[in-house]
Amino acid sequence: MVGGKKQKTMSRRAGMRSYDNHTAAAWLFLAPSLTAIAIFFVIPVLSALVMSFTDFDIYAVGNLNVVRFMGFRNYTRIFETPLFWKALRNTFYFVLVGGPLSVAVSLGTALMVNSKLARFKPFYRTVYFLPVVTSLVAVAVVWRYLYHPAHGLLNLALSYFGVAPIDWLGNPDIAMPAIVVLAVWKNFGYNMLIFIAGLQNIPEDLYEAAHIDGAGGWRQFVDITIPMLAPTTVFVVMITIIGYFQLFAEPYIMTEGGPMNATMSVVLMMYEQGFRWWNMGFAAAIAFVLFAVILIFSILQLIIQRRLQQ
Amino acid sequence: MIALVGVSCRQSSDSATTVKFWALGNEGELVRQLIPEFERTNPGIHVIVQQIPWTAAHEKLLTAVAGESTPDVCQIGNTWVPEFAVLNSLEPLDPFVRRSPDFRREDFFEGVLKMNVIDSTLYGIPWYVDTRVIYYRRDLLREAGYSEPPRTWEGVLKLCDVMQQNAKAKGIQQYPFFLPTNEWVPAIVLGMQSGGKFLKDNNTHGNFSGTQFRAAFELLAKFYHKEYSPSGMQLITNLYDSFSDGLIALYITGPWNIGEFSRRIPSRLQNEWMTAPLPSMDSISPGISLPLGTSLIVFRQSRRKEAAWKLVEFLTSREQSIAFYRITGNLPPRRSAWEDTSLARNKYIQAFYKQLQRVDPLPQIAEWEQVVIKLQLYVEYIATNTLSVDEALRKFDSEVDQMLEKRKWLAERNRKP
Repeated sequence: MVGGKKQKTMSRRAGMRSYDNHTAAAWLFLAPSLTAIAIFFVIPVLSALVMSFTDFDIYAVGNLNVVRFMGFRNYTRIFETPLFWKALRNTFYFVLVGGPLSVAVSLGTALMVNSKLARFKPFYRTVYFLPVVTSLVAVAVVWRYLYHPAHGLLNLALSYFGVAPIDWLGNPDIAMPAIVVLAVWKNFGYNMLIFIAGLQNIPEDLYEAAHIDGAGGWRQFVDITIPMLAPTTVFVVMITIIGYFQLFAEPYIMTEGGPMNATMSVVLMMYEQGFRWWNMGFAAAIAFVLFAVILIFSILQLIIQRRLQQ
Repeated sequence: MIALVGVSCRQSSDSATTVKFWALGNEGELVRQLIPEFERTNPGIHVIVQQIPWTAAHEKLLTAVAGESTPDVCQIGNTWVPEFAVLNSLEPLDPFVRRSPDFRREDFFEGVLKMNVIDSTLYGIPWYVDTRVIYYRRDLLREAGYSEPPRTWEGVLKLCDVMQQNAKAKGIQQYPFFLPTNEWVPAIVLGMQSGGKFLKDNNTHGNFSGTQFRAAFELLAKFYHKEYSPSGMQLITNLYDSFSDGLIALYITGPWNIGEFSRRIPSRLQNEWMTAPLPSMDSISPGISLPLGTSLIVFRQSRRKEAAWKLVEFLTSREQSIAFYRITGNLPPRRSAWEDTSLARNKYIQAFYKQLQRVDPLPQIAEWEQVVIKLQLYVEYIATNTLSVDEALRKFDSEVDQMLEKRKWLAERNRKP
């Protein structure tokens, strides 16, 4: 008995030691990437946080003595800047209209491409995925031609239905929807692939059973596809929304934020403040405000998702 | 040939000083043709030219200054001089100039040279100059009864009216005078001409809502409200096509477009386009225009300033600026260079010579670029009638005040004992 107890403690100690050894080894193996993450991620983010409480600008690059500690004044100034609210509104518009639209289009195309009736599946998968891998600059140039008010293909097509020419990128009310359409077209292929993977994971016998029970196509979609696809959908929605909050390249290339700031996004505003005018402190503060917005949204989404699952 | 180049490179790098020279865009490529002559006349100095694209230049230079990795000599836009002076990164050139027999202040176009002087210290030497003039369709003006653009803006408005009537009668779409809403140039030019000082209180506050600049903005608004110019940018996606199609007939732009117009306007219209100096708001012709261009500067951190200055002196000399004009079409900064036959023969650049006699310096503050980019937005606001001229300028002034807040703080701090 005694011996057995002793043996147990010993083996536990040995286990502890090997646990210690394991952790040490793990840290050792992780060290290179942790160092890299610290240098290229943690430290810059922390410095940016510090910077966001200062007025670091071009004068400060020349002479560090003229940096002023601003407290929360950069943050209050952000909220006093009408352009920020406009940029935030535009970004929300883009997320709330473009996000669901993008998810719906990806799901729709995924269903079509995955359908048993569809032929040439690999061909369509590739075609729908092409915009994702095409350089946005090239895409933007082509779309600017499509959107051209006088010679654009889009207006030509509409003219056959008697619609008067629309100034897609020049009209402040239409420019943002036009950017949404471009972004959805450019990005839906990626989510489509994830949806296809999700669809292929649904066991076929579920559909067969439902079919025997007399469930039609729509009923099968609502009661089998949607619930079984829920984890994929949550993932896709989350990634899409986080990505769409960071809207930058489309307006940067297509409209430069115009006309009249109708397509100015939060990230575009941050870029201009930081890298064009070197108002680094102010730009850093914008970055953290955007971070907070995205964080709140992600948490909300998780809460809603939990509720739905219960 | 290649062997020869190899030998000459080795020789010069053996013996001594290597000057690093950053040049922007196309010039960075073409200036290499002038370097062998410099190295021949300055044995012991070897030049390495590095080409920087224009689009990345500003950011790259600021980063180089921040990271203390600047070259010895650099080409910069002359509106950037105040910014780099604030960064305390430019070598004052007055001591070098005083020793240089070839440098004669009065030979340079005055307004352009002034862009390189901050608090009476000279920081850059103009390398080539750039100002803005009118490009116009002679045939379309002839139809309206004009042989050249009017000398005053009043006259230009009348011309636009006639052209608009003619176009309407013919049932064609035409905007006589294209003033892009995404360019600050027309607004600033009109502001200079109306005698407005853009900033006040020692450049720490905006003065755009003052009566003079307001007059300029009201004139500009007329062009949009009467549809003499399109009030958006989407209609004219290709300037050269629109100009050839007669959708627009007059346009304010710079010397680089001489080459572009010669290449892109169809041959049947090649004799029908011309350049003219700007109309004016007073009785003196031409009206004031912009003193732009690029300058050569020596960075303060350079350890080879003597050799660096030699290169600057060489490239800005009369002979070399003529040679550079022949290679690139860039306009020489020295009046004496314009007497050369290769310039006198070019009919399109005569308007630029006349215009360069009347250019005024812009406010020399680091924030100027930010100010004019913001101004474009307000041009757009009045073009589309979103804001009245008064409202727009008042709002703009308060935005400018905010941009200049640090400047104001620094000025107040320096005033304190």
